Amino acid sequence: MNRKRKSRLYLALFLVVAVGGTTAALMLALDENINMFYAPDAVASGEAPTGRVIRAGGMVEEGSVVRASDSLDVSFVLSDRAGSQFSVSYAGILPDLFREGQGIIVEGQLTADGIFAAHEVLAKHDENYMSPELLEMADESGQDRQREINFGS
Amino acid sequence: MVPELGHLSLAFAGTLSLAACLTGFVGARLDHRQLQGSTVSLTVGQFVFALLAFASLVWSFVSDDFSVAYVADHSNTILPWHFKASAAWGGHEGSFLLWILFMSTWMVVLASRRKHYPASLFSNVMAVMSLLNLGFICFALFTSNPFERLIPLTPADGGDLNPQLQDFGFIVHPPLLYLGYVGLSVPFAFAIAAMLEKKVDAAWARWSRTWANMAWAFLTVGIALGSWWAYYELGWGGWWFWDPVENASFMPWLAATALIHSLAVTEKRGTFRSWTLLLAITAFSLSLLGAFIVRSGVLTSVHAFAVDPERGSYILVFLALVVGGSLTLYAMRATNQWVDVTFSVLSREFFILINNLILVVALAAVMWGTLAPIGYEATTGEHYSIGKPFFDLFFVPLMMTLAVALALVPVLNWKKTRRHNLQPVATWLAGAAFVIGLGSWFIVDAMMVSVAAAIALALWVILGHLYDVARRLNKKASMPRAYIGMTVAHMGFAISLMGVAVTATLSTEEDVRMAPQETRTLGYAEVTFLGVIPVEGPNYTAQEGIFVISTDGTSTFELRPQKRRYASGNVMTEASINPGLLSDTYISLGEPLEGGAWAVRLHFKPLVRWVWLGALLMALGGGFATLDRRYRRLREREQVNNAAKDKSLEGSSLGSSGAEATS
Repeated sequence: MNRKRKSRLYLALFLVVAVGGTTAALMLALDENINMFYAPDAVASGEAPTGRVIRAGGMVEEGSVVRASDSLDVSFVLSDRAGSQFSVSYAGILPDLFREGQGIIVEGQLTADGIFAAHEVLAKHDENYMSPELLEMADESGQDRQREINFGS
Repeated sequence: MVPELGHLSLAFAGTLSLAACLTGFVGARLDHRQLQGSTVSLTVGQFVFALLAFASLVWSFVSDDFSVAYVADHSNTILPWHFKASAAWGGHEGSFLLWILFMSTWMVVLASRRKHYPASLFSNVMAVMSLLNLGFICFALFTSNPFERLIPLTPADGGDLNPQLQDFGFIVHPPLLYLGYVGLSVPFAFAIAAMLEKKVDAAWARWSRTWANMAWAFLTVGIALGSWWAYYELGWGGWWFWDPVENASFMPWLAATALIHSLAVTEKRGTFRSWTLLLAITAFSLSLLGAFIVRSGVLTSVHAFAVDPERGSYILVFLALVVGGSLTLYAMRATNQWVDVTFSVLSREFFILINNLILVVALAAVMWGTLAPIGYEATTGEHYSIGKPFFDLFFVPLMMTLAVALALVPVLNWKKTRRHNLQPVATWLAGAAFVIGLGSWFIVDAMMVSVAAAIALALWVILGHLYDVARRLNKKASMPRAYIGMTVAHMGFAISLMGVAVTATLSTEEDVRMAPQETRTLGYAEVTFLGVIPVEGPNYTAQEGIFVISTDGTSTFELRPQKRRYASGNVMTEASINPGLLSDTYISLGEPLEGGAWAVRLHFKPLVRWVWLGALLMALGGGFATLDRRYRRLREREQVNNAAKDKSLEGSSLGSSGAEATS
């Protein structure tokens, strides 16, 4: 094998290792870091896993928001308007567009007693926007589609 | 009347781009001077009509012409005038018109420098760019016409510009970002033209390099401004979210960064040609993909795409044609471009190879993290999201490795480097950086080892570059602008790295309940909440919190965050920030609680400014490199000399010290 062939061979091996390593790393990382989305019926029926970070969404039940009087702890109920619902606990500031009766998404872990301990609460970006997961849910439960999807810039 | 004028101008611009595309390709093929000349005139025409179209849209906004649907959706009478004008790019249709205007602008600037390039290559470049512009204009005309009228149902007043966009950051961020996106079409067009001419050589690399650097610099500033805007305007102190829209701009940036480095090797050493071609194609394709991701609605939901498939399908087909067409040409023409140039491991070539490899892996990770959820939803109908930990997992080790490579760059020569040249940087400079890193880890309790390592590496990069500058000054060696540009950009990278590492891990972020007159400790400061007062803005009412912050009793300042309610009903959190080179104090108001208390977010963010400062230095370096004298001198020489001859000339002038600029 001449020198040029040899150096090409090394380069090829190098590339194969690099590409293979990257792919493996991507797969591993993905496996640990994806947050699946669950609708209220999946959370209520116990289909959603406990003890790992997931996302869930639903409409904030009217009158369910309770703020603690001495801290930022807050709890509320998310439902799909078809009867399924679950409680969420959260400590912190709620987004500007968090309102009762509106669709939101929470990210966090489901505890063994069925309460969703959220570390993040996401609401609509603006008045016209509704997240796709919730849109779909609204469609399924026969709600009107929110106004046209917002094409952010 | 004015909107129709705009519409008509846009149609004219489209016709002219079709004509320019034809005259360009035919003129290049037949080597016909008149046709080539008319391509230039047609390019100027495209620019004039694109400008006229855009001016008409701005005019419609400023004059409150709500019979135009796009204006009615994004503006209203009480909006201040400068936001009315910038609302022109506040939505999909208008921002695409801006895209077209910039495309035409790059073409006109390119045309003004046509004497520096061989006539037929230039004619091909113009034809490729006109073809792309035609695609963009047709997209605007047929799927997203900003001049559509609401007649006779003209509303008396418009809706509103999203309050988050009523801001200085929004006036400047999209234009700069778009200049970068669209600017990547220039190296793309050069790559296509070079393949058509079968002349992919060092001269070609030198011509593209200036443009690639310039587009990259704009893209860098655009992304940095977007991050800065998100930081102060979204109200919650985050500066990067790994949000798909951000990723859409980051992907072409990573590809373009790889491109400008690979171009350096192709220019200086004549190798990496196929790879450089591929990067030029990739970088521009990714900016189109970015446009597709952001504009088509697939981000909101794959189903949104099905609901309004027109725009999405158009961009998808356009993207497929551009990528498919250019890759086919690449497959046909690039394979026989292999040149054997040997270089050792301790050489600039090898380190740029490392740089490219790291950037491409980073690109793959971002792409996967952005597209995988979309693909998953499309195939299974289920949803998932990929969060920050996924990206951190890749970027932390990758960027650190990149910093290691970067530190050695200034003392590396092309082809091969003698070990003793590396010694100072690898020994006592590395030692000094290591000691400072270790020291910072010792002093700051909360600091993680990885953060200390990032600081040490960043310092090593800075010291290495400063050492080389000092060495050159000492030897009275020349410092071309390209070299200065490279040094500034690399130090910018190091500064960003430090900023990111420190602010991401050592920031204090507290959500607290504060009653009036209550005091809290934040970092080194005492924060006292005095209360909330009502405030009137031009198109909103706000509640303004008053906070007094004192540090060790020596300095006190006031912060006044607001909770705004716009006339349109939108609510917005306006943070109040005390910026500083070393740290920011950041307060935003959450929601009112019982008894006059408020939910308040208090932030202490060390070195957060360094993230953007570093990015600005990178862009500055990139811009400065394009001013290098040798481009002007060599371009003229190239008209006469052929590339091969030129290359051998350069090889000898490199000499033994050989540390020429890469950037």
